[in-house]
Amino acid sequence: MALNSARKIAEKCGKCAERRWFSHFAYSPDENVNIAGEKAKMNMFQAINNALDSALRTDSKAIVFGEDVGFGGVFRCTLDLQKKYGKERVFNTPLCEQGIVGFGIGAAAAGLTSIAEIQFADYIFPAFDQLVNEAAKYRYRSGSLFDCGRLTVRAPCGAVGHGALYHSQSPEAYFAHTPGLKVIVPRGPIKAKGLLLSCIRDPDPCLIFEPKVLYRAAVEEVPLNDYQLPLGKADVLVKGSDLTLIGWGTQVHVLKEVAALLKRDYQVSAEVIDLVSILPWDVETVCQSAGKTGRVLVAHEAPLTAGFGAEIAATIQENCFLSLLAPVCRVTGADTPFPHVFEPLYLPTKWRCLDAALQLINY
Amino acid sequence: MALRRSLKYINGAVKMFPSNLKQACKNYSDCPNFPGAKTTWTEQLQFTKPSSYAPIPVYRVLNRKGQVAAQQMEPNLSEDVLVKMYKTMTTLNIMDKILYESQRQGRISFYMTSYGEEATHIGSAAALDLDDLVYGQYRETGVLMYRGFTLQQFVDQCYGNIDDKGKGKQMPVHYGSKELNFVTISSPLGTQMPQAVGSAYALKGTERVVICYFGDGTASEGDAHAAFNFAATLGCPVIFFCRNNGYAISTPVSQQYKGDGIAAKGPSYGINTLRIDGNDVLAVYNATKLAKEFSISEKKPVLIEALTYRVGDHSTSDDSSSYRSMEEVSNWATSDHPTKKFRLYLQSKGFWSDEKETALITEAKNDILTAFSLGEQKTKHKWTEMYEDVYKFIPPHIKKQQDDMKKHLEKYGKHYSLSSFKQ
Repeated sequence: MALNSARKIAEKCGKCAERRWFSHFAYSPDENVNIAGEKAKMNMFQAINNALDSALRTDSKAIVFGEDVGFGGVFRCTLDLQKKYGKERVFNTPLCEQGIVGFGIGAAAAGLTSIAEIQFADYIFPAFDQLVNEAAKYRYRSGSLFDCGRLTVRAPCGAVGHGALYHSQSPEAYFAHTPGLKVIVPRGPIKAKGLLLSCIRDPDPCLIFEPKVLYRAAVEEVPLNDYQLPLGKADVLVKGSDLTLIGWGTQVHVLKEVAALLKRDYQVSAEVIDLVSILPWDVETVCQSAGKTGRVLVAHEAPLTAGFGAEIAATIQENCFLSLLAPVCRVTGADTPFPHVFEPLYLPTKWRCLDAALQLINY
Repeated sequence: MALRRSLKYINGAVKMFPSNLKQACKNYSDCPNFPGAKTTWTEQLQFTKPSSYAPIPVYRVLNRKGQVAAQQMEPNLSEDVLVKMYKTMTTLNIMDKILYESQRQGRISFYMTSYGEEATHIGSAAALDLDDLVYGQYRETGVLMYRGFTLQQFVDQCYGNIDDKGKGKQMPVHYGSKELNFVTISSPLGTQMPQAVGSAYALKGTERVVICYFGDGTASEGDAHAAFNFAATLGCPVIFFCRNNGYAISTPVSQQYKGDGIAAKGPSYGINTLRIDGNDVLAVYNATKLAKEFSISEKKPVLIEALTYRVGDHSTSDDSSSYRSMEEVSNWATSDHPTKKFRLYLQSKGFWSDEKETALITEAKNDILTAFSLGEQKTKHKWTEMYEDVYKFIPPHIKKQQDDMKKHLEKYGKHYSLSSFKQ
């Protein structure tokens, strides 16, 4: 009875539901992807599943583990992998993040390719010690006698519309301050597959934060072949001459919309850069663009203070001081916890980015 | 074989639960079938208290006079092995004294001794093969020594000189050896425990086992809980070896836990557990041997709690007389001391004598002092090494920092002690 009435209300209120879960971005698929072979339509969780399948198939030492990965994962990224590769290679762990990462480090140190999942990036903090004091410093402190380079940690991150404090966080800046780690954020299915395979096969421990709002929303023609994309390399997605817009993950799509608005309504030519890799990051590509346009806007969902935008801004002013026509501007989440009902006001929306971009142009 | 049978018997004797729950349940028309636990009903509303179980007894082979308490428990070790064990315990003790003193003279920056815990190191090391992987905490120097780490290698690490395989990056006593399968020590406590479990998962199905040492204080870390639970649920061949020496720096065990030590935690995780006399090298040997056999054949973890006493200060940065009485310490240093107890045993077998003792001490002192003065004279790694090994390949931003430092040193090099580094 209660279920039925709930269903009726939902049917009646289809439109309010739409309003409530509105998306703050319009996904734009990657074009001109230069990877040989057949392609298939996939969303991001399917592309990640495809990458994990490839990793397990091509490397008999690869294992995939974490909370609830056995039945396919709460975001379906590990769907059917246990059936295909067995419980010894794809398995659930007890509910304990410090255990998951510690276990992954030890398995990697003893020669397994460990692919660990943290259910939400918000819950990676119990493993902060294992990541920062252990994984990141394993090679350095032993003079390369031991390393855990075969470790990859995947974690869903970012805003999802209604995730509030603990299902929305973007913790990349915490890890950007940690020499020894590599930190990656893909913007869509094609990138997610290629970057994940690179992380898995990279000789250093990698953290890959997957914007969870893209798992189903982002659909692309993903190459079926096994391919890798470079870590530490940014992508210039839109060429422009008046202004540089820099973001990563979901925010890239917001910035692409902003660039289109700037062009259509204000005849401003904006260059859009997906940073892709937070650590190490592509200083060269960013500074080349900043030097050319003289105006830079960095946007990220994470809070402003000591967010990764601060690192980018400082580096640009150091390297491009004489080319800058305006101060480097940051449009970010507020210096508050990530709120529930206020999410639309919290995010660095296209309107906030547009507003800031026009101020840069008119500086 | 006889040894294993009798040890199993002792293990079985402390079993407190009905071995066959199905049998027990048959007496009930409605057995509980909750997924969370397999058990029986009760109509008695009563706490299960710490006192509901008898404390786990301490397994020993030697009594305080160094005599074998129960003949069938004596491990069948050759004179060579027994003498090697004794020599390593004694040499460790002498090296500790010299390096401790050298820290006091400001010649090395830091040191941690193993006084009183020699038997836990040597007994367990002797029961394992070189192939078995070791994760330590920091007070397991004797394990490395037994495996063949040379006096020179210990000294070189403490000096962080050119021959330190760790390249001078860590504090003294943070040893590691790839050849000896001893994973490099790190300071954060307990972090090695889930890592050891992951490594054991990787070794599952081989004849190799992982041993993971930790102290009674470390057992309070969240990582210890993670490790015990992961090892049990994922079926990992790992031996958790707890050195319960009564103190974590100044904190006595009474402020560390309220249960029956660390051993009592084992069964609650579904882990077979042994509590042993950590001052009895033969008890440590037997327990570790059994743990290895069981871990490999059953693909399961074992927890060993070795009760011992930290005779030395926590480290060279600690003065333990400010939180415990010197009388307490000297009691442990004289009676029931692991090396003394073991010596009595060896003498009773005719394997050791006062003459041999004097010769060993003289030789060990000479060897250590020679290694020490050699280690002190060696140069350090080139300064550029500081930027290496952060990643497998040096990334552009770190390379830039290295280049900037080079330019800085060209101008200001005279203000740095560059002559102590390799040119």
